[in-house]
Amino acid sequence: MAELFIQSAVRITSDQVWVDGEKISIKKEEEVSWLTNIYRNLDIQYPKFFKMDNLCKAGFLAAEMLMGKSGLEPTEEKRDWSVLLFNRSSSLDNDQSYQQTIADSANYFPSPAVFVYTLSNIVTGEIAIRNKIMGESCSYIMDNFDADILYETGLIGLSEGKGIDHLLIGWVEFLDDTCDVLLFHVTKEKNGKTICPWNNVGIKKFFL
Amino acid sequence: MIYKISDNIISPLGYSSEENYQNMKNGISKAVLHQHAFNLPEPFFGSLLNWEEIEAQFSQLPQKACRYTRFEKIAILSAYKAIEAAKIDASSKDVLFVLSSTKGNIHLLENSDGFDKNRINMGTSANLLGEYFNNPNPVMVISNACTSGVVAQIYAKEMMEAKGYKYAVVVGADILSKFVISGFQSFKALSTERCKPFDLNRKGLNLGEGAASIVLEQSDNVPEGALCILGTGNRNDANHISGPSRTGEGLFNAITAAYAFKQAFKESLSFINAHGTATPYNDDMESWAISRSELENIPTNSLKGFLGHTLGAAGVLECIISCHALNEGIILPTLGHDTKGVVKEITVNTELKHGEGNSFLKIISGFGGSNAAIIYGKK
Repeated sequence: MAELFIQSAVRITSDQVWVDGEKISIKKEEEVSWLTNIYRNLDIQYPKFFKMDNLCKAGFLAAEMLMGKSGLEPTEEKRDWSVLLFNRSSSLDNDQSYQQTIADSANYFPSPAVFVYTLSNIVTGEIAIRNKIMGESCSYIMDNFDADILYETGLIGLSEGKGIDHLLIGWVEFLDDTCDVLLFHVTKEKNGKTICPWNNVGIKKFFL
Repeated sequence: MIYKISDNIISPLGYSSEENYQNMKNGISKAVLHQHAFNLPEPFFGSLLNWEEIEAQFSQLPQKACRYTRFEKIAILSAYKAIEAAKIDASSKDVLFVLSSTKGNIHLLENSDGFDKNRINMGTSANLLGEYFNNPNPVMVISNACTSGVVAQIYAKEMMEAKGYKYAVVVGADILSKFVISGFQSFKALSTERCKPFDLNRKGLNLGEGAASIVLEQSDNVPEGALCILGTGNRNDANHISGPSRTGEGLFNAITAAYAFKQAFKESLSFINAHGTATPYNDDMESWAISRSELENIPTNSLKGFLGHTLGAAGVLECIISCHALNEGIILPTLGHDTKGVVKEITVNTELKHGEGNSFLKIISGFGGSNAAIIYGKK
Protein backbone atom coordinates (compact mmCIF):
# COMPACT_ATOMS: atom_id res chain seq x y z
CA MET A 1 0.00 0.00 0.00
CA ALA A 2 1.35 3.40 -0.98
CA GLU A 3 2.35 5.78 1.76
CA LEU A 4 0.81 9.24 1.83
CA PHE A 5 1.78 12.39 3.69
CA ILE A 6 0.05 15.16 5.60
CA GLN A 7 1.41 18.52 4.42
CA SER A 8 -0.66 20.51 6.86
CA ALA A 9 -3.72 20.23 9.09
CA VAL A 10 -6.26 22.82 10.17
CA ARG A 11 -8.58 22.36 13.13
CA ILE A 12 -11.43 24.80 13.80
CA THR A 13 -13.78 24.40 16.76
CA SER A 14 -16.40 26.85 18.05
CA ASP A 15 -13.76 28.96 19.79
CA GLN A 16 -10.29 27.82 18.73
CA VAL A 17 -8.15 27.45 15.63
CA TRP A 18 -5.08 25.23 15.29
CA VAL A 19 -2.74 25.04 12.32
CA ASP A 20 -0.50 21.95 12.28
CA GLY A 21 -1.35 21.42 15.94
CA GLU A 22 -0.42 24.94 17.05
CA LYS A 23 -3.07 27.21 18.43
CA ILE A 24 -3.58 30.41 16.42
CA SER A 25 -4.65 33.55 18.18
CA ILE A 26 -7.75 35.12 16.61
CA LYS A 27 -8.47 38.77 17.32
CA LYS A 28 -12.17 38.93 18.17
CA GLU A 29 -14.57 41.71 17.41
CA GLU A 30 -17.74 41.29 19.44
CA GLU A 31 -20.21 42.41 16.79
CA VAL A 32 -19.40 39.72 14.24
CA SER A 33 -19.63 35.93 14.27
CA TRP A 34 -16.77 33.59 15.14
CA LEU A 35 -16.30 32.55 11.50
CA THR A 36 -16.25 36.16 10.34
CA ASN A 37 -13.63 36.90 13.00
CA ILE A 38 -11.45 34.14 11.57
CA TYR A 39 -12.00 35.50 8.05
CA ARG A 40 -10.86 38.98 9.13
CA ASN A 41 -7.73 37.52 10.70
CA LEU A 42 -6.75 35.84 7.42
CA ASP A 43 -6.14 39.04 5.46
CA ILE A 44 -8.02 37.95 2.33
CA GLN A 45 -10.52 39.64 0.06
CA TYR A 46 -13.29 37.28 -1.02
CA PRO A 47 -16.70 38.98 -0.75
CA LYS A 48 -18.49 35.73 -1.73
CA PHE A 49 -17.62 34.52 1.77
CA PHE A 50 -20.43 36.63 3.18
CA LYS A 51 -23.03 34.93 0.95
CA MET A 52 -22.12 31.47 2.19
CA ASP A 53 -23.92 29.47 4.85
CA ASN A 54 -22.00 28.54 8.02
CA LEU A 55 -20.99 25.08 6.76
CA CYS A 56 -19.41 26.59 3.64
CA LYS A 57 -17.76 29.37 5.63
CA ALA A 58 -16.19 26.84 8.00
CA GLY A 59 -14.89 24.62 5.18
CA PHE A 60 -13.77 27.61 3.14
CA LEU A 61 -11.73 29.07 6.03
CA ALA A 62 -9.97 25.76 6.73
CA ALA A 63 -9.17 25.39 3.03
CA GLU A 64 -7.84 28.97 2.89
CA MET A 65 -5.37 28.25 5.67
CA LEU A 66 -4.19 25.01 4.03
CA MET A 67 -3.90 26.55 0.58
CA GLY A 68 -2.04 29.53 2.03
CA LYS A 69 0.58 27.12 3.32
CA SER A 70 0.80 25.31 -0.03
CA GLY A 71 2.26 28.43 -1.63
CA LEU A 72 -0.06 28.11 -4.65
CA GLU A 73 -2.16 31.02 -5.89
CA PRO A 74 -5.96 30.56 -5.77
CA THR A 75 -6.12 31.59 -9.43
CA GLU A 76 -3.83 28.76 -10.52
CA GLU A 77 -5.75 25.87 -12.13
CA LYS A 78 -5.44 22.67 -10.06
CA ARG A 79 -6.52 19.68 -12.12
CA ASP A 80 -4.71 17.22 -9.87
CA TRP A 81 -6.40 18.30 -6.62
CA SER A 82 -9.57 16.80 -5.08
CA VAL A 83 -11.90 17.94 -2.28
CA LEU A 84 -13.32 15.06 -0.20
CA LEU A 85 -15.36 16.12 2.82
CA PHE A 86 -17.12 14.15 5.55
CA ASN A 87 -19.65 15.24 8.14
CA ARG A 88 -22.61 14.20 10.27
CA SER A 89 -25.33 16.82 9.81
CA SER A 90 -25.12 17.39 6.07
CA SER A 91 -26.38 20.97 5.55
CA LEU A 92 -28.89 20.83 8.42
CA ASP A 93 -27.73 24.15 9.89
CA ASN A 94 -28.89 25.93 6.75
CA ASP A 95 -31.79 23.50 6.11
CA GLN A 96 -33.36 24.73 9.36
CA SER A 97 -33.11 28.32 8.11
CA TYR A 98 -34.66 27.34 4.78
CA GLN A 99 -37.50 25.49 6.52
CA GLN A 100 -38.45 28.72 8.29
CA THR A 101 -39.01 30.40 4.92
CA ILE A 102 -41.67 27.85 3.92
CA ALA A 103 -43.21 26.93 7.29
CA ASP A 104 -45.84 29.65 7.39
CA SER A 105 -48.15 29.92 4.38
CA ALA A 106 -48.96 33.54 5.31
CA ASN A 107 -45.26 34.35 5.27
CA TYR A 108 -43.97 32.09 2.49
CA PHE A 109 -40.74 33.30 0.90
CA PRO A 110 -38.50 30.42 -0.29
CA SER A 111 -35.28 31.89 -1.60
CA PRO A 112 -32.92 30.31 -4.14
CA ALA A 113 -30.01 31.97 -2.33
CA VAL A 114 -30.83 29.97 0.80
CA PHE A 115 -32.05 26.80 -0.93
CA VAL A 116 -28.79 26.33 -2.86
CA TYR A 117 -26.99 25.76 0.43
CA THR A 118 -29.35 22.92 1.43
CA LEU A 119 -26.93 20.38 -0.06
CA SER A 120 -23.95 19.01 1.82
CA ASN A 121 -21.62 19.12 -1.18
CA ILE A 122 -21.94 22.85 -1.87
CA VAL A 123 -18.97 23.41 0.44
CA THR A 124 -16.83 21.22 -1.85
CA GLY A 125 -17.97 23.46 -4.72
CA GLU A 126 -17.16 26.70 -2.87
CA ILE A 127 -13.64 25.45 -2.08
CA ALA A 128 -13.18 24.21 -5.67
CA ILE A 129 -14.32 27.53 -7.13
CA ARG A 130 -12.10 29.61 -4.87
CA ASN A 131 -9.02 27.51 -5.62
CA LYS A 132 -9.78 26.31 -9.17
CA ILE A 133 -9.71 22.70 -7.98
CA MET A 134 -10.91 20.50 -10.85
CA GLY A 135 -10.27 16.97 -9.65
CA GLU A 136 -12.77 14.89 -7.72
CA SER A 137 -15.28 16.29 -5.26
CA CYS A 138 -17.46 14.36 -2.88
CA SER A 139 -19.50 14.78 0.27
CA TYR A 140 -19.67 11.73 2.57
CA ILE A 141 -22.02 11.49 5.53
CA MET A 142 -21.69 9.29 8.59
CA ASP A 143 -22.93 9.64 12.16
CA ASN A 144 -19.48 9.74 13.74
CA PHE A 145 -15.99 10.76 12.75
CA ASP A 146 -14.12 7.60 11.72
CA ALA A 147 -10.35 8.00 11.24
CA ASP A 148 -10.05 4.59 9.55
CA ILE A 149 -12.56 5.45 6.85
CA LEU A 150 -10.98 8.88 6.36
CA TYR A 151 -7.58 7.20 5.97
CA GLU A 152 -8.91 4.63 3.50
CA THR A 153 -10.70 7.29 1.45
CA GLY A 154 -7.42 9.21 1.27
CA LEU A 155 -5.62 6.17 -0.10
CA ILE A 156 -8.32 5.65 -2.73
CA GLY A 157 -8.36 9.35 -3.59
CA LEU A 158 -4.65 9.29 -4.43
CA SER A 159 -4.53 5.79 -5.95
CA GLU A 160 -2.64 5.16 -9.18
CA GLY A 161 -4.34 6.04 -12.44
CA LYS A 162 -6.59 8.79 -11.12
CA GLY A 163 -4.28 11.63 -12.09
CA ILE A 164 -4.74 13.18 -8.65
CA ASP A 165 -1.73 14.25 -6.56
CA HIS A 166 -3.26 16.38 -3.79
CA LEU A 167 -6.26 16.04 -1.50
CA LEU A 168 -8.10 18.45 0.71
CA ILE A 169 -9.73 15.82 2.89
CA GLY A 170 -11.37 15.89 6.29
CA TRP A 171 -14.35 16.47 8.54
CA VAL A 172 -16.35 19.68 8.05
CA GLU A 173 -19.31 19.92 10.41
CA PHE A 174 -21.35 22.93 11.49
CA LEU A 175 -24.67 22.87 13.35
CA ASP A 176 -26.39 25.34 15.69
CA ASP A 177 -23.30 27.47 16.44
CA THR A 178 -21.12 24.41 16.97
CA CYS A 179 -18.19 24.26 14.59
CA ASP A 180 -16.18 21.05 14.23
CA VAL A 181 -13.64 21.07 11.40
CA LEU A 182 -10.50 19.03 10.77
CA LEU A 183 -9.13 19.44 7.27
CA PHE A 184 -5.90 18.06 5.83
CA HIS A 185 -3.75 18.67 2.78
CA VAL A 186 -2.51 15.19 1.83
CA THR A 187 -0.02 14.31 -0.92
CA LYS A 188 1.70 11.32 -2.51
CA GLU A 189 5.09 12.96 -2.29
CA LYS A 190 7.00 13.67 0.88
CA ASN A 191 8.79 17.03 0.93
CA GLY A 192 10.24 19.60 3.29
CA LYS A 193 6.76 20.75 4.34
CA THR A 194 5.48 17.29 5.30
CA ILE A 195 4.43 17.21 8.95
CA CYS A 196 3.61 13.51 9.35
CA PRO A 197 2.51 10.35 7.54
CA TRP A 198 -1.16 9.88 6.60
CA ASN A 199 -2.38 7.20 8.97
CA ASN A 200 -4.80 6.70 11.83
CA VAL A 201 -2.36 8.05 14.42
CA GLY A 202 -1.47 11.08 12.31
CA ILE A 203 -5.12 11.89 11.70
CA LYS A 204 -6.09 11.63 15.37
CA LYS A 205 -3.10 13.70 16.48
CA PHE A 206 -4.66 16.84 15.01
CA PHE A 207 -8.18 16.18 16.29
CA LEU A 208 -7.61 18.66 19.13
CA MET B 1 -13.62 -7.09 -12.14
CA ILE B 2 -16.70 -5.56 -10.55
CA TYR B 3 -19.98 -6.53 -12.16
CA LYS B 4 -23.69 -6.21 -11.46
CA ILE B 5 -25.44 -9.34 -10.25
CA SER B 6 -28.92 -7.98 -9.50
CA ASP B 7 -30.96 -4.81 -9.17
CA ASN B 8 -34.30 -3.37 -8.16
CA ILE B 9 -36.28 -0.19 -8.75
CA ILE B 10 -39.14 1.06 -6.54
CA SER B 11 -40.79 3.95 -8.37
CA PRO B 12 -44.17 5.29 -9.45
CA LEU B 13 -43.66 3.08 -12.56
CA GLY B 14 -43.46 -0.17 -10.57
CA TYR B 15 -41.76 -2.27 -7.94
CA SER B 16 -39.16 -4.15 -9.95
CA SER B 17 -36.54 -3.11 -12.48
CA GLU B 18 -38.26 -5.21 -15.13
CA GLU B 19 -41.63 -3.52 -14.55
CA ASN B 20 -40.00 -0.09 -14.73
CA TYR B 21 -38.07 -1.02 -17.86
CA GLN B 22 -41.10 -2.51 -19.65
CA ASN B 23 -43.20 0.55 -18.80
CA MET B 24 -40.52 2.82 -20.21
CA LYS B 25 -40.28 0.67 -23.32
CA ASN B 26 -44.03 1.09 -23.69
CA GLY B 27 -43.68 4.85 -23.44
CA ILE B 28 -45.54 5.14 -20.12
CA SER B 29 -44.80 8.17 -17.97
CA LYS B 30 -45.91 8.73 -14.39
CA ALA B 31 -45.06 12.42 -14.30
CA VAL B 32 -48.32 14.38 -14.06
CA LEU B 33 -49.57 17.73 -12.78
CA HIS B 34 -50.25 17.83 -9.02
CA GLN B 35 -52.39 20.79 -7.93
CA HIS B 36 -52.23 20.67 -4.15
CA ALA B 37 -49.55 18.18 -3.17
CA PHE B 38 -47.62 18.94 0.05
CA ASN B 39 -49.73 22.10 0.63
CA LEU B 40 -47.62 23.91 -1.92
CA PRO B 41 -49.04 27.24 -3.09
CA GLU B 42 -48.13 26.43 -6.69
CA PRO B 43 -48.92 23.25 -8.65
CA PHE B 44 -46.02 21.08 -9.67
CA PHE B 45 -45.44 18.49 -12.38
CA GLY B 46 -43.78 15.28 -11.28
CA SER B 47 -44.16 11.63 -10.30
CA LEU B 48 -45.16 10.54 -6.78
CA LEU B 49 -45.02 7.14 -5.13
CA ASN B 50 -48.22 5.33 -4.11
CA TRP B 51 -47.68 5.01 -0.36
CA GLU B 52 -50.55 2.57 0.21
CA GLU B 53 -48.89 0.15 -2.17
CA ILE B 54 -45.46 0.77 -0.62
CA GLU B 55 -46.82 0.10 2.89
CA ALA B 56 -48.45 -3.12 1.66
CA GLN B 57 -45.20 -4.25 0.06
CA PHE B 58 -43.15 -3.29 3.11
CA SER B 59 -45.46 -5.22 5.45
CA GLN B 60 -44.58 -8.39 3.53
CA LEU B 61 -40.89 -8.08 4.50
CA PRO B 62 -39.44 -9.62 7.66
CA GLN B 63 -40.28 -7.08 10.38
CA LYS B 64 -37.85 -5.54 12.85
CA ALA B 65 -38.55 -3.91 16.20
CA CYS B 66 -38.01 -0.49 14.67
CA ARG B 67 -40.34 2.11 13.23
CA TYR B 68 -39.07 3.34 9.85
CA THR B 69 -39.68 6.55 7.95
CA ARG B 70 -41.03 6.50 4.41
CA PHE B 71 -37.57 7.24 3.04
CA GLU B 72 -36.10 4.31 4.97
CA LYS B 73 -38.93 2.01 3.92
CA ILE B 74 -38.32 2.45 0.20
CA ALA B 75 -34.56 2.11 0.69
CA ILE B 76 -34.97 -1.13 2.66
CA LEU B 77 -37.66 -2.49 0.31
CA SER B 78 -35.52 -1.89 -2.76
CA ALA B 79 -32.37 -3.29 -1.14
CA TYR B 80 -34.31 -6.34 0.09
CA LYS B 81 -35.59 -7.19 -3.38
CA ALA B 82 -32.18 -6.73 -4.99
CA ILE B 83 -30.45 -8.82 -2.31
CA GLU B 84 -33.09 -11.56 -2.60
CA ALA B 85 -32.48 -11.74 -6.34
CA ALA B 86 -28.70 -11.77 -5.82
CA LYS B 87 -29.00 -14.71 -3.40
CA ILE B 88 -26.26 -13.34 -1.14
CA ASP B 89 -25.96 -13.30 2.64
CA ALA B 90 -26.23 -9.58 3.39
CA SER B 91 -25.26 -10.13 7.04
CA SER B 92 -21.75 -11.12 5.97
CA LYS B 93 -18.78 -8.79 6.57
CA ASP B 94 -17.95 -9.38 2.89
CA VAL B 95 -20.90 -7.17 1.94
CA LEU B 96 -20.56 -3.37 1.84
CA PHE B 97 -23.69 -1.18 1.92
CA VAL B 98 -23.65 2.32 0.40
CA LEU B 99 -26.59 4.73 0.55
CA SER B 100 -27.06 7.56 -1.94
CA SER B 101 -29.44 10.38 -1.06
CA THR B 102 -29.63 14.14 -1.35
CA LYS B 103 -32.04 14.88 1.49
CA GLY B 104 -33.00 11.65 3.29
CA ASN B 105 -35.55 12.36 6.03
CA ILE B 106 -35.57 16.14 5.57
CA HIS B 107 -39.40 16.18 5.62
CA LEU B 108 -39.16 15.53 9.39
CA LEU B 109 -38.18 19.20 9.78
CA GLU B 110 -41.76 20.10 8.96
CA ASN B 111 -43.36 17.33 11.01
CA SER B 112 -41.23 15.10 13.21
CA ASP B 113 -43.99 12.45 13.15
CA GLY B 114 -42.80 11.27 16.58
CA PHE B 115 -39.26 10.54 15.40
CA ASP B 116 -36.22 11.67 17.36
CA LYS B 117 -34.51 14.89 16.14
CA ASN B 118 -31.39 12.90 15.14
CA ARG B 119 -33.43 10.95 12.62
CA ILE B 120 -32.86 13.76 10.13
CA ASN B 121 -29.20 12.71 9.96
CA MET B 122 -28.73 10.55 6.90
CA GLY B 123 -26.03 8.57 8.72
CA THR B 124 -28.72 7.37 11.12
CA SER B 125 -30.88 6.08 8.26
CA ALA B 126 -27.80 4.45 6.74
CA ASN B 127 -27.05 2.65 10.02
CA LEU B 128 -30.67 1.44 10.21
CA LEU B 129 -30.37 0.11 6.65
CA GLY B 130 -27.28 -1.88 7.61
CA GLU B 131 -28.91 -3.07 10.85
CA TYR B 132 -32.04 -4.24 9.02
CA PHE B 133 -29.85 -6.72 7.13
CA ASN B 134 -27.67 -7.45 10.21
CA ASN B 135 -24.68 -6.17 8.26
CA PRO B 136 -21.65 -5.45 10.47
CA ASN B 137 -19.93 -2.80 8.30
CA PRO B 138 -20.30 0.99 8.55
CA VAL B 139 -22.78 2.20 5.88
CA MET B 140 -21.54 5.30 4.09
CA VAL B 141 -23.91 7.92 2.71
CA ILE B 142 -22.88 9.63 -0.50
CA SER B 143 -24.69 12.96 -0.70
CA ASN B 144 -23.26 14.74 -3.69
CA ALA B 145 -26.35 16.50 -5.08
CA CYS B 146 -27.69 15.06 -8.35
CA THR B 147 -24.55 13.01 -8.99
CA SER B 148 -24.96 11.02 -5.73
CA GLY B 149 -26.22 7.80 -7.34
CA VAL B 150 -23.31 7.49 -9.75
CA VAL B 151 -20.72 8.66 -7.21
CA ALA B 152 -22.07 6.03 -4.77
CA GLN B 153 -21.41 3.31 -7.37
CA ILE B 154 -17.90 4.68 -7.89
CA TYR B 155 -17.36 4.69 -4.10
CA ALA B 156 -18.59 1.08 -3.86
CA LYS B 157 -16.31 -0.09 -6.67
CA GLU B 158 -13.25 1.65 -5.25
CA MET B 159 -13.90 0.42 -1.69
CA MET B 160 -14.42 -3.15 -2.97
CA GLU B 161 -11.12 -3.00 -4.84
CA ALA B 162 -9.24 -1.43 -1.93
CA LYS B 163 -10.67 -3.50 0.90
CA GLY B 164 -11.53 -6.73 -0.86
CA TYR B 165 -15.29 -6.76 -0.24
CA LYS B 166 -16.88 -9.54 -2.28
CA TYR B 167 -20.22 -7.72 -2.67
CA ALA B 168 -21.65 -4.22 -2.43
CA VAL B 169 -25.27 -3.14 -2.19
CA VAL B 170 -25.67 0.40 -3.56
CA VAL B 171 -29.03 1.92 -2.65
CA GLY B 172 -30.16 5.29 -4.01
CA ALA B 173 -33.31 6.86 -2.53
CA ASP B 174 -35.09 10.18 -2.16
CA ILE B 175 -38.67 11.19 -1.50
CA LEU B 176 -40.31 14.48 -2.35
CA SER B 177 -41.49 17.03 0.21
CA LYS B 178 -42.54 20.63 0.47
CA PHE B 179 -38.92 21.39 1.34
CA VAL B 180 -37.46 20.00 -1.88
CA ILE B 181 -40.17 21.09 -4.32
CA SER B 182 -40.48 24.65 -2.97
CA GLY B 183 -36.73 25.07 -3.33
CA PHE B 184 -36.67 24.00 -6.96
CA GLN B 185 -39.69 26.21 -7.59
CA SER B 186 -37.88 29.17 -6.04
CA PHE B 187 -35.09 28.51 -8.52
CA LYS B 188 -37.62 28.62 -11.37
CA ALA B 189 -36.08 25.32 -12.39
CA LEU B 190 -39.32 23.31 -12.72
CA SER B 191 -41.39 22.90 -15.83
CA THR B 192 -45.17 23.07 -15.38
CA GLU B 193 -45.60 20.42 -18.08
CA ARG B 194 -43.79 17.23 -19.13
CA CYS B 195 -40.09 17.99 -19.35
CA LYS B 196 -38.49 18.16 -22.80
CA PRO B 197 -34.88 17.00 -22.61
CA PHE B 198 -32.53 18.51 -25.24
CA ASP B 199 -35.53 20.28 -26.81
CA LEU B 200 -35.60 23.74 -28.30
CA ASN B 201 -38.59 24.55 -26.06
CA ARG B 202 -37.42 22.95 -22.85
CA LYS B 203 -38.53 24.86 -19.80
CA GLY B 204 -37.09 22.98 -16.86
CA LEU B 205 -37.21 19.72 -15.01
CA ASN B 206 -39.83 17.45 -13.46
CA LEU B 207 -39.19 15.90 -10.06
CA GLY B 208 -39.80 12.30 -9.05
CA GLU B 209 -39.23 10.00 -6.11
CA GLY B 210 -38.14 6.42 -5.66
CA ALA B 211 -35.44 4.00 -4.66
CA ALA B 212 -33.08 1.88 -6.74
CA SER B 213 -30.53 -0.74 -5.74
CA ILE B 214 -27.67 -2.48 -7.47
CA VAL B 215 -25.81 -5.47 -6.06
CA LEU B 216 -22.21 -5.65 -7.29
CA GLU B 217 -19.86 -8.60 -7.09
CA GLN B 218 -16.07 -8.64 -7.32
CA SER B 219 -14.59 -11.65 -9.07
CA ASP B 220 -11.95 -12.65 -11.60
CA ASN B 221 -14.45 -15.03 -13.19
CA VAL B 222 -17.12 -12.81 -14.67
CA PRO B 223 -20.10 -14.82 -15.95
CA GLU B 224 -20.81 -14.65 -19.68
CA GLY B 225 -22.84 -11.56 -20.57
CA ALA B 226 -22.58 -9.91 -17.13
CA LEU B 227 -22.23 -6.14 -17.14
CA CYS B 228 -19.03 -4.83 -15.56
CA ILE B 229 -18.11 -1.34 -14.42
CA LEU B 230 -15.47 -0.58 -17.05
CA GLY B 231 -14.58 2.98 -16.13
CA THR B 232 -15.49 5.83 -13.81
CA GLY B 233 -14.87 9.56 -13.51
CA ASN B 234 -15.66 12.31 -11.00
CA ARG B 235 -14.60 15.90 -11.74
CA ASN B 236 -15.56 19.31 -10.41
CA ASP B 237 -16.28 22.30 -12.65
CA ALA B 238 -14.83 24.87 -10.19
CA ASN B 239 -17.21 27.27 -11.88
CA HIS B 240 -20.44 28.03 -9.99
CA ILE B 241 -22.34 26.40 -7.10
CA SER B 242 -25.70 26.31 -8.88
CA GLY B 243 -24.78 26.30 -12.55
CA PRO B 244 -22.58 24.08 -14.70
CA SER B 245 -19.59 25.25 -16.66
CA ARG B 246 -20.97 26.57 -19.95
CA THR B 247 -18.57 24.47 -22.01
CA GLY B 248 -19.07 21.28 -20.01
CA GLU B 249 -15.51 21.35 -18.69
CA GLY B 250 -16.08 19.24 -15.57
CA LEU B 251 -18.29 16.69 -17.31
CA PHE B 252 -15.87 16.44 -20.23
CA ASN B 253 -13.07 15.81 -17.72
CA ALA B 254 -15.17 13.17 -15.93
CA ILE B 255 -15.84 11.36 -19.23
CA THR B 256 -12.15 11.59 -20.12
CA ALA B 257 -11.23 10.10 -16.73
CA ALA B 258 -13.73 7.25 -17.23
CA TYR B 259 -12.14 6.40 -20.58
CA ALA B 260 -8.54 6.79 -19.39
CA PHE B 261 -6.40 4.04 -20.96
CA LYS B 262 -9.58 2.41 -22.27
CA GLN B 263 -10.22 4.00 -25.64
CA ALA B 264 -11.31 0.59 -26.94
CA PHE B 265 -14.47 0.86 -24.89
CA LYS B 266 -15.46 3.95 -26.84
CA GLU B 267 -15.65 1.85 -30.00
CA SER B 268 -18.06 -0.59 -28.37
CA LEU B 269 -20.33 2.15 -27.06
CA SER B 270 -24.02 1.51 -27.78
CA PHE B 271 -25.52 4.65 -26.27
CA ILE B 272 -25.10 7.48 -23.80
CA ASN B 273 -27.64 7.87 -21.03
CA ALA B 274 -27.42 11.56 -20.23
CA HIS B 275 -28.66 13.48 -17.21
CA GLY B 276 -30.96 15.41 -19.60
CA THR B 277 -32.91 17.30 -16.95
CA ALA B 278 -34.41 19.64 -19.56
CA THR B 279 -33.15 22.79 -17.89
CA PRO B 280 -31.68 25.16 -20.46
CA TYR B 281 -28.20 25.16 -18.88
CA ASN B 282 -27.81 21.46 -18.12
CA ASP B 283 -28.73 20.16 -21.56
CA ASP B 284 -26.55 22.69 -23.38
CA MET B 285 -23.66 21.85 -21.08
CA GLU B 286 -24.06 18.13 -21.71
CA SER B 287 -24.10 18.71 -25.47
CA TRP B 288 -20.76 20.51 -25.08
CA ALA B 289 -19.25 17.67 -23.03
CA ILE B 290 -20.53 14.94 -25.41
CA SER B 291 -19.31 16.85 -28.43
CA ARG B 292 -15.90 17.60 -26.88
CA SER B 293 -15.59 13.88 -26.10
CA GLU B 294 -16.18 13.19 -29.81
CA LEU B 295 -19.26 11.15 -28.99
CA GLU B 296 -21.70 13.34 -30.90
CA ASN B 297 -22.67 10.48 -33.22
CA ILE B 298 -23.53 8.10 -30.39
CA PRO B 299 -27.29 7.82 -29.72
CA THR B 300 -28.00 9.76 -26.51
CA ASN B 301 -31.13 9.55 -24.39
CA SER B 302 -32.56 11.02 -21.21
CA LEU B 303 -35.06 9.10 -19.06
CA LYS B 304 -36.36 12.15 -17.18
CA GLY B 305 -39.63 12.21 -19.16
CA PHE B 306 -40.74 8.91 -17.61
CA LEU B 307 -40.34 9.65 -13.91
CA GLY B 308 -38.80 13.08 -13.60
CA HIS B 309 -35.56 13.59 -11.72
CA THR B 310 -35.48 11.16 -8.80
CA LEU B 311 -32.52 13.00 -7.19
CA GLY B 312 -30.38 10.64 -5.09
CA ALA B 313 -31.99 7.61 -6.75
CA ALA B 314 -31.51 8.86 -10.31
CA GLY B 315 -27.91 7.79 -10.87
CA VAL B 316 -28.64 4.25 -9.71
CA LEU B 317 -32.07 3.97 -11.33
CA GLU B 318 -30.90 5.19 -14.73
CA CYS B 319 -27.88 2.86 -14.72
CA ILE B 320 -30.20 -0.10 -14.01
CA ILE B 321 -32.61 0.80 -16.82
CA SER B 322 -29.67 1.31 -19.17
CA CYS B 323 -28.22 -2.09 -18.20
CA HIS B 324 -31.54 -3.76 -19.02
CA ALA B 325 -31.69 -1.92 -22.35
CA LEU B 326 -28.09 -2.87 -23.21
CA ASN B 327 -28.79 -6.53 -22.40
CA GLU B 328 -31.72 -6.47 -24.80
CA GLY B 329 -29.87 -4.54 -27.50
CA ILE B 330 -32.35 -1.69 -27.16
CA ILE B 331 -31.94 2.07 -26.96
CA LEU B 332 -34.80 3.79 -25.18
CA PRO B 333 -36.26 7.01 -26.58
CA THR B 334 -36.08 10.43 -24.95
CA LEU B 335 -39.70 10.88 -23.94
CA GLY B 336 -40.80 14.51 -24.21
CA HIS B 337 -38.21 15.46 -26.82
CA ASP B 338 -39.62 16.99 -29.97
CA THR B 339 -37.31 19.50 -31.67
CA LYS B 340 -33.60 19.40 -31.06
CA GLY B 341 -32.33 22.59 -29.50
CA VAL B 342 -28.95 22.35 -27.81
CA VAL B 343 -25.88 24.39 -28.70
CA LYS B 344 -23.72 21.48 -29.85
CA GLU B 345 -24.70 18.84 -32.35
CA ILE B 346 -25.47 15.54 -30.61
CA THR B 347 -27.55 12.51 -31.58
CA VAL B 348 -30.66 12.63 -29.42
CA ASN B 349 -32.39 9.25 -29.58
CA THR B 350 -36.12 9.78 -30.05
CA GLU B 351 -37.44 6.33 -30.79
CA LEU B 352 -37.25 2.84 -29.38
CA LYS B 353 -34.62 1.21 -31.53
CA HIS B 354 -32.11 -1.56 -31.84
CA GLY B 355 -28.66 -0.72 -30.45
CA GLU B 356 -25.25 -1.92 -31.61
CA GLY B 357 -22.34 -2.26 -29.23
CA ASN B 358 -21.85 -3.77 -25.81
CA SER B 359 -21.38 -0.86 -23.41
CA PHE B 360 -23.07 2.36 -22.38
CA LEU B 361 -21.90 5.59 -20.80
CA LYS B 362 -23.95 7.20 -18.01
CA ILE B 363 -23.28 10.88 -17.32
CA ILE B 364 -24.68 13.09 -14.57
CA SER B 365 -24.05 16.58 -13.19
CA GLY B 366 -25.32 18.65 -10.30
CA PHE B 367 -25.09 21.58 -7.92
CA GLY B 368 -21.76 22.16 -6.26
CA GLY B 369 -20.05 21.79 -9.65
CA SER B 370 -20.13 18.00 -9.44
CA ASN B 371 -19.95 15.80 -12.54
CA ALA B 372 -19.67 12.04 -12.82
CA ALA B 373 -19.42 9.39 -15.54
CA ILE B 374 -19.61 5.60 -15.40
CA ILE B 375 -19.25 3.00 -18.15
CA TYR B 376 -21.03 -0.34 -17.89
CA GLY B 377 -20.39 -3.06 -20.42
CA LYS B 378 -19.52 -6.60 -21.26
CA LYS B 379 -15.92 -7.46 -20.42
